[in-house]
Amino acid sequence: MDLKDKLISSFMAFENNVDVEHPVHDVRMAAIKNFEEKGFPSKKEEAWKYTSLNNIQKIDFSIFPKEENALEYKDVKRYFIHEIDTYKIVFVDGIYSSYLSETTHDGVDICLMSAALTKPMYKPVIDVYFNKVASKDESLTSLNTAFSREGAYIYIPKNKMPKKPIEILHFSTGNEASLLLQPRNLIVVEENAEVQIIERHQSLTSNEVLTNAVTEIFAAKSAIVDFYKIQNDAPTASLIDNTYIDQKDKSLVKVHTFSFGGKLTRNNLNFYQNGEYIDSTMKGVTILGEKQHVDHHTLVHHIEPNCESHQDYKGIYGDASTGVFNGKIIVDKIAQKTNAFQQNNNILISDKASINTKPQLEIFADDVKCSHGCTIGQLDEDALFYLQSRGIPQKEARALLMYAFANNVLSSVRIPELKIRINKLIAEKLGVNLGFDL
Amino acid sequence: MLKINDLHANVDDKEILKGINLEVKAGEVHAIMGPNGSGKSTLASVIAGNENFEVTQGSIELSGEDLEDVSPEERAHKGVFLSFQYPVEIPGVSVTNFMKTAINESRKAKGLEDMPAKDMLKLIREKSELLEIDRKFLSRSLNEGFSGGEKKRNEIFQMAMLEPKVAILDETDSGLDIDALRIVASGVNKLKSKDNAVILITHYQRLLEYIVPDYVHVLHNGKIVKSGGKELALELEEKGYDWLKQETAV
Repeated sequence: MDLKDKLISSFMAFENNVDVEHPVHDVRMAAIKNFEEKGFPSKKEEAWKYTSLNNIQKIDFSIFPKEENALEYKDVKRYFIHEIDTYKIVFVDGIYSSYLSETTHDGVDICLMSAALTKPMYKPVIDVYFNKVASKDESLTSLNTAFSREGAYIYIPKNKMPKKPIEILHFSTGNEASLLLQPRNLIVVEENAEVQIIERHQSLTSNEVLTNAVTEIFAAKSAIVDFYKIQNDAPTASLIDNTYIDQKDKSLVKVHTFSFGGKLTRNNLNFYQNGEYIDSTMKGVTILGEKQHVDHHTLVHHIEPNCESHQDYKGIYGDASTGVFNGKIIVDKIAQKTNAFQQNNNILISDKASINTKPQLEIFADDVKCSHGCTIGQLDEDALFYLQSRGIPQKEARALLMYAFANNVLSSVRIPELKIRINKLIAEKLGVNLGFDL
Repeated sequence: MLKINDLHANVDDKEILKGINLEVKAGEVHAIMGPNGSGKSTLASVIAGNENFEVTQGSIELSGEDLEDVSPEERAHKGVFLSFQYPVEIPGVSVTNFMKTAINESRKAKGLEDMPAKDMLKLIREKSELLEIDRKFLSRSLNEGFSGGEKKRNEIFQMAMLEPKVAILDETDSGLDIDALRIVASGVNKLKSKDNAVILITHYQRLLEYIVPDYVHVLHNGKIVKSGGKELALELEEKGYDWLKQETAV
């Protein structure tokens, strides 16, 4: 049985364990129908031209996780930003780990999707927001919607800000030979509220893992959301991340994506500007080696006037790694005075590495400022000589230049300890110890 | 200290240096002047080990050791320093961290431990005062958004930190206003000693009023066509380079 058929037949079993009276039941039914019609995307589709899911579909994934496999905090501590105090929503093989988590209901709700989908007190929020910005058309999003049961649920009421950042961590322990995870997150940030979130998927063994995640973020008027995605997973772990963001007037949402590992990573990052004076920022640093593959697909839909969007993605590709950047910007006819900026710069440090980069601008308004630029190059030889002439060996000099190249993206990271961590990961990826914290 | 014998160098198969002979002893200051395109900056780059240039003939010796096949970083460890005409911007790496890395890499190459943080700070403070560099300046990203004068001052600050045996200053005076020139020159003069040597590469005589050379050489078409004392610089200033071109053509 191929993976698609297996998923569709598993849906029946899934339905046996959830409340079919709940309105979300209808949402799930519609979603599985859409997935059944469309199936897994193929390379024939423009959006999947450079990323093939064929090999992934050959793997016999377990769809329902077994019992919780307990992890000791000390064994996974290094995956947390443990230098600071954070709220933590932690899943092990798709199952919530209360032992590793720290949730709260103190003025804000930082808890579980499974609770939000079943308890009546959350129903008003679920009714208004659940599956409202996520695509009903895209097949992998539908697949996630059909099986949506667990994930992070974050609700920040008007004028509130949680006392500390929130970490969402997904561990897989190799309990199954190959595991499919489909976390579903809902993040609602009300007027003038603020939140900082760090998300990470981490496989702890060499068993195959595929994560097909959907995150919906709603930023109300003047809300501020900082979302950091750390993608530094094992060579047998693949991730399809579908993030949908709905922004209202004067809200400010920044998503940083740090892609340093994993077998195949696909980021579908979609911003919808449903208001005026909105700022949407997407930044990414990608450093790949071996045969890793990362595909960044961004979309910003400027629906109303007077908004801005900023995209800045830097990529460094070594060995036989491959990258894709596809940045789509739509400016509707009424969205005058839009400022949309997009930048994608890449360095190839191996002859076998490759990158496909494509800006895609659809502009229907006439009074807008839109710019885009993509570059693919090698390290600057003059700069390398400059550093070497100061006594810095070539390997370290190259690393320093690559670090400098990626640095723009780091300057906007607002959690200092996270920035240090990212810097360490970068140094690790570049294989150097520069003698100071970058 | 530095001995250059019949040095020929190419870039992209085009010969730029066509037989340079030059000996610089400890304690000396040499000025190399010459018109645009005469090979001045190439000579500086080749001494520092830039691999974009191919040495086809001749040799460069530092304290008796042939520098052939010695990498730029090893040359730096051995005491060669080049102040760049166009220093490179390195965003995200502060001047302080850059110098820490440079100094500790050099120490590592000599089998020494990293310099203790306290000593490093003291050294940085001492040398930055020498060049009237503000503390805030040191935490800025290397050369990023620096004015022309700041870049050059920062180059000499690096020279002060690294204490080279042979310092080559490539057009350090270009883009400097008179105050900056005075500060840079006074820094270089304070760093000068009987144990090190300085090679000034310049277009104009102006810098030589502040850093007085023992010898002046004129480079033209890849060769040193005339050498003399500091008065040669004045002569060049007065007459320009044309008379030399004519002289050498004959």
